[in-house]
Amino acid sequence: MFVFTDEAEKKIEKIMAKYPPERKKSAILPLLHLAQDQEGYVTPEAMVEVGRRLDVSPAYVEGVVTFYTMYFTKPVGRNVIRFCHNISCKLNRSDELMQYTAKKLGIQIGETTPDKRFTLLKEECLAACSEAPMMMVNKTYHVNLNETKIDQILETYK
Amino acid sequence: MQEPVLILMKDIDTPNLTTIDVYEKTLGGYQSLKKLFQTPPEEIVEMVKASGLRGRGGAGFPTGLKWSFLAKDVFPRYLCCNADESEPGTCKDRELLMKNPHLLIEGMIICSYACKINTAYNYMRGEFAELADIFDKAVEEAYARGYLGKNIMGSGFDLDIHSHLGAGAYICGEESALLTSLEGCRGEPRLKPPFPAVEGLYSKPTVVNNVETLCAVPYIFNNGPEAYAAIGTEKSKGTKMVSVSGHVNKPGNYEVPMGTPTREIIDKWAGGMRNGNKLKAFIPGGSSVPILPADKADVPYDYESLMEAGSMLGSGALIVMDETVNVVEETLRLAYFYMHESCGKCTPCREGTRWMHQILSEIIHKQGKPNQVELLNDICDNMAFKCFCPLGDAAVGPVASSIQYFREDYEALIESLKTADAVG
Ligand SMILES: NC(=O)C1=CN([C@@H]2O[C@H](COP(=O)(O)OP(=O)(O)OC[C@H]3O[C@@H](n4cnc5c(N)ncnc54)[C@H](O)[C@@H]3O)[C@@H](O)[C@H]2O)C=CC1
Ligand SMILES: Cc1cc2nc3c(=O)[nH]c(=O)nc-3n(C[C@H](O)[C@H](O)[C@H](O)COP(=O)(O)O)c2cc1C
Ligand code: SF4
Ligand code: FES
Repeated sequence: MFVFTDEAEKKIEKIMAKYPPERKKSAILPLLHLAQDQEGYVTPEAMVEVGRRLDVSPAYVEGVVTFYTMYFTKPVGRNVIRFCHNISCKLNRSDELMQYTAKKLGIQIGETTPDKRFTLLKEECLAACSEAPMMMVNKTYHVNLNETKIDQILETYK
Repeated sequence: MQEPVLILMKDIDTPNLTTIDVYEKTLGGYQSLKKLFQTPPEEIVEMVKASGLRGRGGAGFPTGLKWSFLAKDVFPRYLCCNADESEPGTCKDRELLMKNPHLLIEGMIICSYACKINTAYNYMRGEFAELADIFDKAVEEAYARGYLGKNIMGSGFDLDIHSHLGAGAYICGEESALLTSLEGCRGEPRLKPPFPAVEGLYSKPTVVNNVETLCAVPYIFNNGPEAYAAIGTEKSKGTKMVSVSGHVNKPGNYEVPMGTPTREIIDKWAGGMRNGNKLKAFIPGGSSVPILPADKADVPYDYESLMEAGSMLGSGALIVMDETVNVVEETLRLAYFYMHESCGKCTPCREGTRWMHQILSEIIHKQGKPNQVELLNDICDNMAFKCFCPLGDAAVGPVASSIQYFREDYEALIESLKTADAVG
């Protein structure tokens, strides 16, 4: 069974107040974000719980979850790196730097390190194109990257 | 030449501009509210019409006109600020949200009052979670000063602003998909018309405007529509934030008067080409618009001139490529993007984007056959104007234009295939 933490419950109260009471389904993305923050990914049990709260079926919730790329349905590392490989970053060596990061972590793009410290993902444009190349680690943007900067940034995530 | 006027980026690097105290002191922020509630709402809509402001999300639709199209006497109405910013190359809304959230809130208040809206949402792409925290804090400050909430400044006007985070999907920037997503569904686009102005969020009349559009509104209200209309060209009024990226010395967001020559944006504002290399190609308005060759770089940066030059102003993202680039390679990356982001609802886009990607990969990996450029052109023809929403057309833009202007880059790859065959 999935249970939201007390802290999450407080946030949920605020979230539900944003939408008309008869439109509570609107809260689905925010609630899924909370569930994912709590467990690292959206578990089948979390889908049941979110569905119960919003009066929609677990299958409906799953349909929504799978549409959006930010939700994980399987466990990932403690820190998720999203490396932008779109055009402005590509023009600024992002492919090379992403490979550098993969090599440093000893994994392929899309994989998680055996110690579960990092997952490395290839990402589409994250709207920081004039500060390319860039990556996002968890919720934080890191811009104007080079090899030394990547080394330093990765050190700060345990 | 026009003296540059800064409307959106004025004092944008002032420390702590995100706090209401600094915003009010530095920019004279929230001044507009003193006059706002003495002005009849219809008059404000007329002002915005007269200013010539057009939508900065990409389509350039006249903003005042859109506000005047709201279904008459149907309430409640909603405002949804489009902060989904996902068009490759575009990073202006992020800078505005990160550094000056109160400017957006002030614009949202003016728009809501003018359109008789009492509930507004700011739909931000899911990756903007940290920006949402900044925005939420700014909203809280505005409530505490009495600029939001019930009976704002004794006017009898109520307004609530809420933030909402998406979860990763380019298509949710398309306004009807954005609304579907905000209603708690998979973010698939709806048929237009009806436009959101008639049937939008929860089937109620809804204004959807881009962050930059709304951020221009306080200036128009404070300085009058004439002041705004005095900037720019005959049909493209005001200033535009241009996100410059790629092979330039100083990539960044620059606010320029509409009609500024593109070359001047590259050379003067963005510090010129990097490493002394020559300009080869540029995409003037984000990944969805046609790529242009260097000899078109004198084109004035405005809606009409860019259209005439065979491209579009789009979201205002100027992507600059130098002579070291093979355009086919960049096109392949964009083709991957559209394949990845196609929502799958309609066949020409779902299948077409895959074929495009596959053929371009074959060409790049030198497994191409000589007739494949024609095949690509054929796919473009079969997608253009046949897709359910503009994402499909957008996918055609870079491919068709790269063939039109940079055929030699294709031929170089197919030529080397021929040589490889001869040797092998
Ligand atoms: N900023 C970004 O990240 C991106 C921007 N785009 C841009 O989006 C553009 C396409 O956007 P669309 O919304 O599909 O264009 P559109 O032309 O359908 O609509 C533009 C705006 O005008 C309104 N409108 C148009 N006719 C109307 C009428 N008769 N009554 C009431 N309202 C009306 C629409 O509701 C919409 O808000 C492309 O040109 C592209 O440049 C595309 C991808 C990403
Ligand atoms: C695929 C697609 C993605 C879009 N993404 C965005 C976006 O991220 N931000 C935005 O403001 N408009 C985006 N638009 C345009 C919106 O549909 C809409 O025209 C715009 O938000 C209206 O606001 P404006 O009149 O202020 O420009 C997109 C359109 C399409 C077709
Ligand atoms: S054109 Fe593409 S994104 Fe638009 S509805 Fe069709 S499949 Fe979806
Ligand atoms: S292309 Fe990498 S952030 Fe936009």
